[in-house]
Amino acid sequence: MYTASDLRKGLKIQIDGEPYIVTEFDFSKPGKGQALYRTKMRNMITGVQFTQTYRSNDKFERPDLEERTMQFLYSQDDEFHFMDTASYEQIFLTREQLGEHLNFLIDNMEVQVLFFGDRPIDISLPTFVNLEVTVADPWARGDTSGTDTKPVTVQTGFQLQVPPFVEQGDKIQIDTRTGTYITRVKE
Amino acid sequence: MLGPSGLRRRSELMGALRAFFVARDYLEVDTPVRLPCLLPEAHIVAFSSDGWWLQPSPELCMKRLLARGCDRLFQICHCFRKEECGRLHQSEFCMLEWYCSGVDYLGLMAECEELLTSLSRTLIHFPSLQVSGQLQWQDKKIDLSPPWERLSVHDAFRRYTGMEVEEALARDLFEELLVSHIEPRLGQQGPVFLYDYPLALGSLARRSAARPKVAERFELYIAGVELANGFSELTDVKEQRRRFASEIAFLHSQGREAAMPERFLNDLEHMPASAGIALGVDRLFMLLSGVTDIRQAIPFPEETL
Repeated sequence: MYTASDLRKGLKIQIDGEPYIVTEFDFSKPGKGQALYRTKMRNMITGVQFTQTYRSNDKFERPDLEERTMQFLYSQDDEFHFMDTASYEQIFLTREQLGEHLNFLIDNMEVQVLFFGDRPIDISLPTFVNLEVTVADPWARGDTSGTDTKPVTVQTGFQLQVPPFVEQGDKIQIDTRTGTYITRVKE
Repeated sequence: MLGPSGLRRRSELMGALRAFFVARDYLEVDTPVRLPCLLPEAHIVAFSSDGWWLQPSPELCMKRLLARGCDRLFQICHCFRKEECGRLHQSEFCMLEWYCSGVDYLGLMAECEELLTSLSRTLIHFPSLQVSGQLQWQDKKIDLSPPWERLSVHDAFRRYTGMEVEEALARDLFEELLVSHIEPRLGQQGPVFLYDYPLALGSLARRSAARPKVAERFELYIAGVELANGFSELTDVKEQRRRFASEIAFLHSQGREAAMPERFLNDLEHMPASAGIALGVDRLFMLLSGVTDIRQAIPFPEETL
């Protein structure tokens, strides 16, 4: 069981026998009062969204999902194809199902594909991925504008803020849960 | 993620806060963060620490110092509250708390106005404060010049929810309406004090003599963000013990630990009439930095540790 304090963006819970994923989440606790967990969820099978406010004592079941290690092969139109690295079985997920995971998904990456029964419904990415910076302004040493970060684009098209010393062609480690820069990696 | 220049600004804010209080003859104190017994509060969950507790606020020790004869004191310290994490919450956060004897919550409201006015002059080089007397945050221009609006909880419920506050409490909708209908409206043009909370929501605050259903408590809002919580201190030991007993009964009904803070109550006998306030320093810096998430205003958000 999960409790309301486990709620966060990306958490999967089961309601009335169906799996839901939290797509937006806001914790609030006005004026020393009760904690409120305002949550927007998507049914992972039907795609239907709804919003609900929960309180500390609310509890949720974990969805009964099977995880299989699969490798991302290629995408065609809006279908993203994965192969089971043990059985060579192939399946696909849609762009809509993958959502923000596409910010971090690159060819040959190994991910966990989540199955509800025999239906693939989501993937879980490694917590940290290394991606190449494809667009970055050069570092102006001695920059006195007082900014600590600059925007760059990585190979998936995802944009994020990084320290000014990161340059085009560098590989950087990104936390896939938050989309934030962790460190520059040498390969 | 704060880099060198963000950290410098944060340090300048800390310096400006200290300078403000020292210039007003406040004594800076540093009290223990690890305590054997806490003030019982229904909706705050503390971290345990080897049989003791990490402080959810420095209130307990600072009031004991008031009772010892310190009549104006302030502290900037870290506090810990379990299960609080979000755009405006981290379970470890930085608090500015100050107490002043001989004033009530109205006096503290005026001091908040003076504090922000002083900061806006001292920190004029912050990009958010470059227009005199104004805070620029996101696309908002917030007029900091006093006096700020004072809005009672009673009037706020009437104005923004169409429901009387008594009914909201009876139907257990107080917090939900506050979060969804009231808070987003507060402090968008200038800071707002929301004041006079229902008595049940001010367990350490003094009951208003003129309006016995409310406690002399207020919260300061800027741009919809709850920035500070202050009140006239309850110094009636019998009344305080009764209220603690009811908080403890609630906590026990939830299966949580709580005990009567006897040393605190003992010292409360000697505490002068006073008022105290806690202000979230990370949230203040968030507003002064023009960012919308507290994680962008602190050196290490939890997930980076």
